[in-house]
Amino acid sequence: MKEHHAKTIDNDLFEVGGKILTSRLFIGTGKYASDDIIPQVCKHSGACVITVALRRVDFHSKTDNVMQHIPEHMQLMPNTSGARNADEAVRIARLARAMGCGNWIKIEVITDNRYLLPDGYETVKATEILVRENFSVFPYINPDLYVARDLVNAGASAIMPLGAPIGTNRGIRTEEMIHILIEEIDIPVIVDAGIGKPSHACQAMESGADACLVNTAIATSDNPVLMGEAFADAVHSGRKAYLAGQAVTQQWASASSPLTGFLSSLEKNS
Amino acid sequence: MSFYSEYIKYKNFDLLPMMESINKNDVQRAIQKNRPSIKDFVTFISPSAQHLLEPMAQKAQDIKKRYFGNTIQLFTPMYLSNYCINHCLYCGFNHNVKMTRYQMNEKEIEQEASTISKTGLKHILILTGDAPSIASIDYLENCCHLLKKFFSSISIEIYALETNEYQRLIDAGVDGLTIYQETYHENLYKELHPKGPKKNYRFRLDSPQRGAIAGMRNVNIGALLGLDFWQRDIFYTVLHAAWLESMYPETEISISLPRLRPYDGCYIPKHPVSDKEMVQMICAIRLFLPRCGITISTRENEWFRNNILTLGVTKMSAGSSTAVGGHTIKEHHHSQFEISDKRSVEEMVHYLKQVNIQPLYKDWEQF
Repeated sequence: MKEHHAKTIDNDLFEVGGKILTSRLFIGTGKYASDDIIPQVCKHSGACVITVALRRVDFHSKTDNVMQHIPEHMQLMPNTSGARNADEAVRIARLARAMGCGNWIKIEVITDNRYLLPDGYETVKATEILVRENFSVFPYINPDLYVARDLVNAGASAIMPLGAPIGTNRGIRTEEMIHILIEEIDIPVIVDAGIGKPSHACQAMESGADACLVNTAIATSDNPVLMGEAFADAVHSGRKAYLAGQAVTQQWASASSPLTGFLSSLEKNS
Repeated sequence: MSFYSEYIKYKNFDLLPMMESINKNDVQRAIQKNRPSIKDFVTFISPSAQHLLEPMAQKAQDIKKRYFGNTIQLFTPMYLSNYCINHCLYCGFNHNVKMTRYQMNEKEIEQEASTISKTGLKHILILTGDAPSIASIDYLENCCHLLKKFFSSISIEIYALETNEYQRLIDAGVDGLTIYQETYHENLYKELHPKGPKKNYRFRLDSPQRGAIAGMRNVNIGALLGLDFWQRDIFYTVLHAAWLESMYPETEISISLPRLRPYDGCYIPKHPVSDKEMVQMICAIRLFLPRCGITISTRENEWFRNNILTLGVTKMSAGSSTAVGGHTIKEHHHSQFEISDKRSVEEMVHYLKQVNIQPLYKDWEQF
């Protein structure tokens, strides 16, 4: 079982992929009305990590290239969106590194375009290959314990289970499964996809997730900068609650003990 | 397994009377569903739904935003050849039309590609008529090798091929297939295609499936709106798209909504489609198939295209010419159909940015 030694938020740094991060909110670059707003979202969300789909990057274009909008201090996490199998994911990852995007790679292998659910088998295969090539691999997965264990064995830097299918904004629908991963997996658990509002991110963090990746909910908001800030607050707050140790929740009111009250009368008489 | 067996199930389905029996409450209930059924789709295209277009549009916009963001993917068509042995009654390249026939050579293709690529577009759709002995697979393979230098994604809109022929073009760099059934109404199809290889309804109907089997990343289907009642053709189009999505989940399926335009031979659509009906169609597709791409071409005018940008449309052509070598060769200007939205790519991009929509130039490359 995972233990969190940090007991206060002040010394709660997040170490992952060989880096120490000051924010547990990861953000994306897709779906914005204009990429011009990305630097402001980075600034106001306080995020340190930003994912970018290599399929959309035109390295040859000087005028229309999402990369030019990403502030230098951000940790890039290129992703393999569009890959339909491990081979394609591996080729995209290699290109990302060759083009100067660094060693981090988020593996997305999706073979079902209707539900956009990740293919665990192909994801594990790609992770095995890329870890051997010294990538820090962040695989996007269904919250499946067996796949997660295979990824740990393959040397993944973290796992990124989905809260709900990509783009649905439906929240942490896979909560029970994510709890199991948090309990059982000793590498960071970063909840990705389905987080539609700050309270969802807060919920994931309260449960002990190490970080959240949020794109759609920020990018398609009417005010992405303000929404980025709201998510930052929510992630921070959820993390604080986790570190504080939440009060035990109870299903019944606790004013009386209708089933075991008779025991106290025994105690009085003894 | 062919879509034809699915088509047969619904072939005698009496769509029009069924739609008449649908009331506003049925529409409201269908709009509220998370996963509408094909029956709900019929509800969305019914006359009663015309009174609830606003709530349909609101939901369509929301779905589009969530899955595709505030973006529109741009591409442009490039006509390589207009030789054609088909006799499609509605088409400007029909074999019987007296016009200069031309097929671009390598040098002309490079010039055309170079001119188009200067607009910044990275996705190209190449088109030919149906003349396999002239616009042959060898010729097309060669074109793709040339075009790869200029574009990150190449789609084809050509005559229907066998699976192995699609595979050859994929190996040459093609990743998308556009092929329209024109009309799903089998008897009407036979009337409209009296001669030529396209006369074969089944071969045409199965071509999107062959493309998916061959490994196309994107398969884009559609009916030429105006040939039959739009509700009937869009019903079968959507049924076809849903069937392809379920059979070939790795392939991105999209639907084009080409509304019949007058061409130089002046074919008058038998069943004209109004703007209101186009909007209804776009919203209905977006509600029923949330992940499916929807393409609107420059057949539509500027005003209409500007107003439907956020309703669920994902792809638009821009800076189009429907003539062979239309961007560089001046003397061969016989067009397949009339362009309505004549804006250049730059003007289109400028407009999109003005209304807070990100124009996407590139969404894939061969890795």
